[in-house]
Amino acid sequence: MNTGDSIEARRLDGNVLGGPLADLFAVDVTMAAVTCAHCGRVTPLAAHQVYADAPALVVRCPGCTDVVMRCASDQRGVRFEMSGVRMLVIAKQAEESG
Amino acid sequence: MRLPDWPGHVAGQHVDVRLTAPDGYTAQRSYSIASAPSEPEVDLVVERLDDGEVSPYLTDELRSGDLLEVRGPIGGFFVWPEHSDTSVQLVAGGSGVVPFVAMLAHHRTTGSSVPVGLMYSVRTPADVIGPDELQPRPGVGVVLTYTREAPGDWSGLRGRIDQEKLAQHVVPPDQGPAIMICGSTPFVEAVSRDLLALGHAADRIKTERYGGMGEGS
Repeated sequence: MNTGDSIEARRLDGNVLGGPLADLFAVDVTMAAVTCAHCGRVTPLAAHQVYADAPALVVRCPGCTDVVMRCASDQRGVRFEMSGVRMLVIAKQAEESG
Repeated sequence: MRLPDWPGHVAGQHVDVRLTAPDGYTAQRSYSIASAPSEPEVDLVVERLDDGEVSPYLTDELRSGDLLEVRGPIGGFFVWPEHSDTSVQLVAGGSGVVPFVAMLAHHRTTGSSVPVGLMYSVRTPADVIGPDELQPRPGVGVVLTYTREAPGDWSGLRGRIDQEKLAQHVVPPDQGPAIMICGSTPFVEAVSRDLLALGHAADRIKTERYGGMGEGS
């Protein structure tokens, strides 16, 4: 389904980060609980907003919409910025999370 | 697809498919896996977007026997809750049904006793993905709504999924179903809002959106 051209319609979520971030992390980081450095909200990375139109994947907090991560990868390599993350918690066992 | 060294997947996971042009330009998209984990081959459903970079190639140019660059399986969040102690409610818009087809196939092949309901909004009968897997059976309820054109003898729902349809056909909030929503971004966000308004808890709702980057999900 083509969802049109508005920026809102092209907003994705953190599920799409699993592949790109597999280059950087040894575990599935989409399951990680991310504490936003701006508002302090804790959200699974998979439930974040992702904008893929920019040169980088831009990851925003679903609470305050501030940028928490940016990730770009091209022929030159990977650039990854996560100054908007206060803490990233990866549970020991990848069990079902809420 | 027959994928060498495939480690097996969990229902709901996706793969990334990457195409590389002769000049080195690459385009990558995420596609949900439609087949059950027990199947030896991996099925994807690709919806052709006329202005897409990847889907026209996959639907028009790709031939049996061609090689593809595939990464996966990916994702541990939007997956079938294997040991759910509540019922599971799935809500799909359009090709957002693909991961749920895998989940229902998995549910069937493993003889799961978890009650599951699917609410599926689709444009026309010809657009229904995985019709064989979507037949209601004991423990599995399926509610379709046709948004553009229904079969001639259709007595079921018509029109978009709204709060009223959700209130009637989704497992009620006091039973605390695990809810999974997949579809276009506007679909997912509208259904999420409506379910929250009906009293479902935010932490019981998982979503997967697709758009330009994850067009096939």
